[in-house]
Amino acid sequence: MLIPHPLLGLRDAQEFTYLGDASLMSRPAPEAGEAAFCDYVFLRDNPAGVHRELWFHEQGDRSWLVVTRDTVTHEILGAELASDYARSSS
Amino acid sequence: MSRLSGGLIDRDTPLNFHFNGRSYQGYAGDTLASALIANGVRLVGRSFKYHRPRGIFTAGSEEPNALVTLREGARAEPNTRATMTELFDGLVARSQNHIGSLEHDLLAVNDLLSPFLAAGFYYKTFMWPRAFWEKLYEPAIRRAAGLGALSMEPDPDAYDKGFLHCDLLVIGGGAAGLAAALTAGRAGARVILADEDSRFGGRLLAESDTLNGAPAVDWVAAVCAELDQMPNVRLMSRTTVFGAYDHGIYGAVERVADHLPTPGACVRQTLWRITARRTVLAAGATERHIPFADNDRPGIMLAGAMRAYANRWAVSPVPAGDKVAIFTNGDDGHRTALDLIAKGVRVSHVIDTRTDAPRFGDYDLLSGATVTGSRGRKGLRAIRVAQDGRETWHIVGALAVAGGWNPNVHLASHHRGRPVWDESALAFLPHNPPMGMVPAGACVGKGGTAEALADGMRAACAALAELDFSAKPISLPEAQNASAAQAPYWHVPGTRRAWVDFQNDVTVKDIALAHKENMRSVEHLKRWTTLGMATDQGKTSNVSALAVMAEITGATIPETGTTIFRPPYTGVALSVLGGGDTGEHFRPKRLTPTHGWAKAQGAEFVEVGPWMRAQYFSRDGETHWRQSVDREVLAVRRDVGLCDVTTLGKIDVQGTDAGEFLNRVYANMMGTLKVGMVRYGLMLREDGHLFDDGTCARLAEDHYVVTSTTANAGAVYRNMEFARQCLWPDLDVQLISTTDAWAQIAVAGPKSRALLQRIVDGFDLSNEAFPFMACAELTICKGLRARLFRISFSGELAYEVAVPARYGQALMARLMEAGADLGVTPYGTEALGVLRTEKGHAAGAELNGQTTAQMLGLGRMVSAKKDSIGAIMSRREGLAQDRRRLVGLKSCTPEVQIPAGAHLFTKGATQSLKTDQGWVTSACYSPHVGGYIALGFVENGDRRMGEILTAANPLEGQSFEVEVTSAHFVDPEGGRLRD
Amino acid sequence: MKFSGFKVMQQALTGHRGWAPLWRNPEPKPAYDVVIIGGGGHGLATAYYLASNFGITNVAVLEKGWLGSGNIGRNTTIIRSNYLLPGNQPFYEFSMKLWESQEQDLNFNSMVSQRSIINLFHTDGQRDAYRRRGNAMHLSGAGGEMLSQEALREKLPFLNFDNARFPIKGGLIQSRAGTARHDGVAWGYARAADQRGVDLIQNCEVTGFRIEGGQVTGVETTRGVIGAGKVGVAVAGSSSRVMEIAGMRLPIESHVLQAFVSEGLKPTIPGVITFGAGHFYVSQSDKGGLVFGGDIDGYNSYAQRGNLPVVEDVLEGGMALMPMIGRARLLRAWGGVMDMSMDGSPIIDRTHIDGLYLNGGWCYGGFKATPASGYAFAHLLATDTPHETATAFRLDRFARGYVIDEKGVGAQPNLH
Repeated sequence: MLIPHPLLGLRDAQEFTYLGDASLMSRPAPEAGEAAFCDYVFLRDNPAGVHRELWFHEQGDRSWLVVTRDTVTHEILGAELASDYARSSS
Repeated sequence: MSRLSGGLIDRDTPLNFHFNGRSYQGYAGDTLASALIANGVRLVGRSFKYHRPRGIFTAGSEEPNALVTLREGARAEPNTRATMTELFDGLVARSQNHIGSLEHDLLAVNDLLSPFLAAGFYYKTFMWPRAFWEKLYEPAIRRAAGLGALSMEPDPDAYDKGFLHCDLLVIGGGAAGLAAALTAGRAGARVILADEDSRFGGRLLAESDTLNGAPAVDWVAAVCAELDQMPNVRLMSRTTVFGAYDHGIYGAVERVADHLPTPGACVRQTLWRITARRTVLAAGATERHIPFADNDRPGIMLAGAMRAYANRWAVSPVPAGDKVAIFTNGDDGHRTALDLIAKGVRVSHVIDTRTDAPRFGDYDLLSGATVTGSRGRKGLRAIRVAQDGRETWHIVGALAVAGGWNPNVHLASHHRGRPVWDESALAFLPHNPPMGMVPAGACVGKGGTAEALADGMRAACAALAELDFSAKPISLPEAQNASAAQAPYWHVPGTRRAWVDFQNDVTVKDIALAHKENMRSVEHLKRWTTLGMATDQGKTSNVSALAVMAEITGATIPETGTTIFRPPYTGVALSVLGGGDTGEHFRPKRLTPTHGWAKAQGAEFVEVGPWMRAQYFSRDGETHWRQSVDREVLAVRRDVGLCDVTTLGKIDVQGTDAGEFLNRVYANMMGTLKVGMVRYGLMLREDGHLFDDGTCARLAEDHYVVTSTTANAGAVYRNMEFARQCLWPDLDVQLISTTDAWAQIAVAGPKSRALLQRIVDGFDLSNEAFPFMACAELTICKGLRARLFRISFSGELAYEVAVPARYGQALMARLMEAGADLGVTPYGTEALGVLRTEKGHAAGAELNGQTTAQMLGLGRMVSAKKDSIGAIMSRREGLAQDRRRLVGLKSCTPEVQIPAGAHLFTKGATQSLKTDQGWVTSACYSPHVGGYIALGFVENGDRRMGEILTAANPLEGQSFEVEVTSAHFVDPEGGRLRD
Repeated sequence: MKFSGFKVMQQALTGHRGWAPLWRNPEPKPAYDVVIIGGGGHGLATAYYLASNFGITNVAVLEKGWLGSGNIGRNTTIIRSNYLLPGNQPFYEFSMKLWESQEQDLNFNSMVSQRSIINLFHTDGQRDAYRRRGNAMHLSGAGGEMLSQEALREKLPFLNFDNARFPIKGGLIQSRAGTARHDGVAWGYARAADQRGVDLIQNCEVTGFRIEGGQVTGVETTRGVIGAGKVGVAVAGSSSRVMEIAGMRLPIESHVLQAFVSEGLKPTIPGVITFGAGHFYVSQSDKGGLVFGGDIDGYNSYAQRGNLPVVEDVLEGGMALMPMIGRARLLRAWGGVMDMSMDGSPIIDRTHIDGLYLNGGWCYGGFKATPASGYAFAHLLATDTPHETATAFRLDRFARGYVIDEKGVGAQPNLH
């Protein structure tokens, strides 16, 4: 697979380490309680289709990316820096 | 010899070769198959199940029968298709899958027993008695199954891997592929043209077609010459593109040296990962046959293959004077007759299933006729032909069978795009190919020469247009489309066996049986009968089988189904997929800065994750590793020892919010740490379990240095970056891994201060000025930048000193020199392990990802005053109520070792998983205690001090008594490290 | 019809005219006592045990494709009971016992072959971890032995002992482990279930659940609405997709695992071998193909296909471990979609909807579990209580903190 790094262009997916659903960026506030954390840590939408997910450019510039990818076709629809994504969605 | 005139062989270069011990001669340009046919060798192999005698059936990679073991010794290569093996001088090949000689295979008895061995028979028997499966039935089946044998020696050849990039990848160098490559090459696109054959041309090499009125090979040569001149074009013959992967990445194997006696200085094969912006799939088509009774005899081959042998390799399938017949359902078969006649081969009949079959030349034509039987066990002698209800035998030496062509849709379906049936082409055509792929030519049913050329050009233009190249049409050579008219005809009905899949011996009867047993879906059919599961992957059988099933069920072919293909297109050597990274080079080795020094000291090394670390330093007179390790441990406890601890992860954390950031990633408080001090820290996973431990030093208000364990160095850094970028991007904090930048040496033991005092540049090391858990930036050895941490893993007075990595080895040498009179001793990971076990410090076995801070007795380190990763989840019921605790364990018989991995039980209790009280995590001999000690987790361990437990190791038939103690075997009050 | 050697001979001599369909192709009835969604190994086994052990025969198995088209038809066929944790090991040992009598129980030769599995270790730490595991196996009655390097050299002389990046120090062997013919397992359960009256309905995809007052009453399918007293979902790989229809989010991600088979070879590898330091495990099928695999690709996927880097990674491991396989060829590669759960262990449990039950989260270990999974799921469906070996496989274990994390990697499915 090739990942379109927003700063570095197309990079081989082997340079990256995969984490999972980008919902992992939405860590609950501590006062939200244990149940909210259980949902956050353990439950996933796991869609067959468009999926926002976190990839770490470990063998590269060490940025975390939010990649939008189709889990059925593996087509990549976009990628952005996770820090940008986090700031824009907070 | 049955050589004809012409052909693309080099008669000036004769080559000698051996098959089954006999020597033969062929020419440069031959394949093993063409050379065997030229030498009159018809019987070349045995089928998988019934051990039927078999001959060469095709002229390409779809060959089901002619599998040989090529070469000898460690280079022996089983299951090699003779049709794809270029002849070289001295080639040695053996037939396979027989007991006794090829001619008199004892396992041919299976053929006589074939009524008992019908599809799926083995699911219905061999069940009694139960124990006989492993002991009797299965070994017998295994011995009879399999094809060729491995030499069992390591592959001696070298392999390589590489990356290639192009605008347009053209797969297949026949008429369509060449036209596509030329179009794209002239447009200036970066082009790769790959073909599995040793030369380009595809079917143009096999037919008698003319282009521009001259032999087609002239045009092929001219095009190849032009492409070869273009700097933007890479021609790759002997290269099989075997798989289509995501985002335009293709896997390809270039057989660099398979046509040579040995690779010499070359690699044997190279694995290429080709990243193509667009791809033209011009993979051509594979001819299908028409099953009839006893249609598997040597001498029966595909009509297109017979043409290829005559035209390209100038070989006749029969000795001069013998006759050949052709069995066809379309005009294509007639071309074989014409080409053979033109070459002087006698054609007995063209047997055409169509009642209105046209005649194209001067040969006997039997219209509305079928072949209904054959004779000649080890080589075809006669065929039976049915016409108008009458059956007659004809003496022939060979039979060509033409059942139409199946487009090579394989790569187009690698992304699970299902081919669709085209009633006019009587074939499955590509559908939903991988993104960026444009199929062209015979693989979309455009197999005529003129239409293939035009379609290749069209495909290239279409693909390049998407890339903003302005590809212009090229002038194509004048060419014809041979008539491809045919009438669907799938198999000749009859009562005797008619083979569909030759290699796996699947017959029309087997398909009928599968239908009877309700194994009707295509996938059930394949799995029940093993159809298409052979080394040829059903290239000559799948579609015919589908048609037969359709006929039995009364459904159409598209209603019956289709099947998709998966990589690889043809078999790929396991070696080349592994590449050159074998043996010691399987994974990179990371070496510590003092590696060379340690090696010179005679250290034994051990793999620790990616690192090689000194395990112990053996001295003269030491005959057992324990002697060395005990000596090193005692030296640390008595004098001073040195250990390279560079492999611990080091992360520099800087920024005004560094303290706050670390408060959130560590379970305990780090923001309050004083500048110049170090704190032991725990990191949790968000699920509340222990993730890692290490130290955190504050060098300045806005500057911390975090250390992690060696094993988790990468993961800790990754998680901290996750926290920084994904969770709290607004904090002012920056991270960088400095593991490789700093060499770090532990200086441990009562004399460590005295030793360090000799190398620091006027730095006050007194306990008052630099107490336990202090840290500082300083210079040592007259001006060398360094960091000093007063931390202890051993429980002794100890320091860790860090210098830029390139000075690591020099620092070690200097410390050894400066401390000679203090008894300074290098120690390795074994002594390190003993020292920490004696002190009760957790390491990998205790931090195995399944444990919690509470289990280590460190539950109070998880601060309740702040939020941090994992804090909330660490309070879940299952974790909070877990009463297992880390304890020390002393062997009740001090000289008997307690094995790590033993399970712990209350003395006298029944031993089961339900009564399990815990397990031994780490164990060693403690020179300090003078006996074997261990650490372990025990249910309510902190409340069971002094209790005698049973450490059970039923795996190795052992049981021990152990006493529960504090995990701190050494200096439990911690006075030594604070001294 | 009872299968036997005698029957095969009798049919051979009479032109195979007497064979009957292995199962019927029934039209769906309006309603069943139990509807199982998923005609793979686990679903078919569940139906069989419901009928044979619990006398519940008014059962339908709904399969969207053809029977056995899920992961039962695309795996590396390994059976073993060599787990560490008390939540897992007794269950897998129960499964092993069911494997040992499966062919006689089902009257179908699924070629259960107890050829052994050897897990190689390379460091003292790995040895200690295997010792802990081996002892857990002994405590559950599964057996097992430690093999020294010398013993391994004798058993597997072709391994790379002398020139390895990670030298082989020894291994943990379970002799009762081995392989089974994966398709045969599905067919055996299917035929046996059909014989006991279960309706196996192919080409029938579930598109919705009928839920009234928190109680499931049936399923909507491409072949119409089918009423059900209870619905059991056994669609590992697609659990999230199916349960989403019922409004549930699961502690599961779907990942692709590739597997590979070589061209047929004469007997080469005696049992199952796993390479601890690389991502590689291998056995040899009765037909002669080396069957091997390695790591999952590592990203969420429903594509049933993987990518080249993992192919290379697997073969690097293979060549490092046993360089004598180099001149064999890869014949086929395929990808299966795995239910990767958050702790690497499965789920067999009720849901918050009455009458709706879930069997999933099998990660890449579902094949070996097939018999016990079917048995335990049938037990749960029939009695509403978990089978004694499956009490830990609860959905709420994540929230309550009772995960069964064999690898100790936490809630990151691609690391399990």
